[in-house]
Amino acid sequence: MTANPRSDTIAVFGAGVMGRSITALALGRGVDVVLVDVSDDVLRAAEADIAQQLRHGRFMGAFPDSQATGTLTTTLSGEAAADATAVVEAITEDSSLKARTLAEVSGVVAPGTTLITNTSGIPIDELAKSVRRPAELAGVHFMNPAYLIEMVEVIRGPQTAEDTVAAVFSLLGRLGKKAVVVHDAPGFVTSRLLHPMINEAARIVAEGTASVESVDRLMQGCLGHPTGPLRTADLIGLDNLADALRLLAERTGNTAFAPCDLLREKVRRGDLGRKTGRGFYDYEGVLS
Amino acid sequence: MSAEQAITAERIEQGIAGFVSGRVNAEVPADQDLFASGLVSSMFAMELVVHLEQAFSVQILGDDLKRDNFRTVAAMTALVLRLRDAGQPADA
Ligand SMILES: NC(=O)c1ccc[n+]([C@@H]2O[C@H](COP(=O)([O-])OP(=O)(O)OC[C@H]3O[C@@H](n4cnc5c(N)ncnc54)[C@H](O)[C@@H]3O)[C@@H](O)[C@H]2O)c1
Repeated sequence: MTANPRSDTIAVFGAGVMGRSITALALGRGVDVVLVDVSDDVLRAAEADIAQQLRHGRFMGAFPDSQATGTLTTTLSGEAAADATAVVEAITEDSSLKARTLAEVSGVVAPGTTLITNTSGIPIDELAKSVRRPAELAGVHFMNPAYLIEMVEVIRGPQTAEDTVAAVFSLLGRLGKKAVVVHDAPGFVTSRLLHPMINEAARIVAEGTASVESVDRLMQGCLGHPTGPLRTADLIGLDNLADALRLLAERTGNTAFAPCDLLREKVRRGDLGRKTGRGFYDYEGVLS
Repeated sequence: MSAEQAITAERIEQGIAGFVSGRVNAEVPADQDLFASGLVSSMFAMELVVHLEQAFSVQILGDDLKRDNFRTVAAMTALVLRLRDAGQPADA
């Protein structure tokens, strides 16, 4: 591949729940994607999933009709990100793993390449310590499924440059997203509110106050929540949720944010939500 | 429609209605608009597509992949019947 100053390629690190749906979003909007993961099996599964998500997006009218689909390249090599105009880091919610990967990425890409982390709540400034040019790092918190949810949370770290924010907005415009910019803090806005709510919802179920269905139906019917917190939890992935809650508890000092027993129990059993076919609900093996 | 075709249509309709009502936890009449009633979320909509493809060995592509074809159990049944007739799989 030759370096192309007008290349229209983004690199996505992590081909899990979010890496897949961000990739589908970009492809559906005509942006080429290099998708990087550490597991070949994960990449194979991701290719099939992304094809399905592109259909889903079209089905729901999420992509412009006339838009040609971008090209997908999957690889185990992080070096493949070298020519990307922007990199989206969407690997496991683990601060040392992210620090290592971001350090690596920042050594591979050219100065001026926008670095985006999709972390659910690790402060951007904490991650900025591991990159060569902290001014070029910003948080963009896409929600799952990224190709259907129009709004994203953009996090401007204390070191994030104005140019970087502008570049993020130009990419998000290209992807058809609306954004709200917030300052840096553990969990930002959305995870700080949503994750503890899901944790409490699980506690309510464990205490026997109400069933999973009842909790979701009340939050939908009375409070206008689109799916209910526990169905949302299954969509997020309970392992990721537990990781994010643990990080939130550590960084805020609020121990009530630590993942509750029921959540940890489900993760231990491998009932991780939609991605494994069972979480708070049973998806009868239908993976989506 | 021959008697045999009518039985097939009924079987398909029952299969789809069973799948939908199992997932939404409610009885679903064949002509109920699933999208208007909010019974089908955007995620479940795609599961329906995949389920129909797997359960009835059809492929739903291009213009067929539109919401009107999935709006009711009856519409989905008609879609499956049409695709099966067009495809005529070996075991038909
Ligand atoms: N799941 C959600 O709804 C959601 C929403 C917003 C943000 N996030 C955040 O997005 C990130 C990814 O979450 P997820 O739910 O997709 O997790 P996931 O567990 O589904 O996927 C993570 C992927 O990263 C891969 N990976 C691990 N180390 C890697 C490395 N060094 N290089 C490349 N790939 C690597 C893993 O193999 C795995 O495929 C996390 O930071 C999470 O907090 C998740």
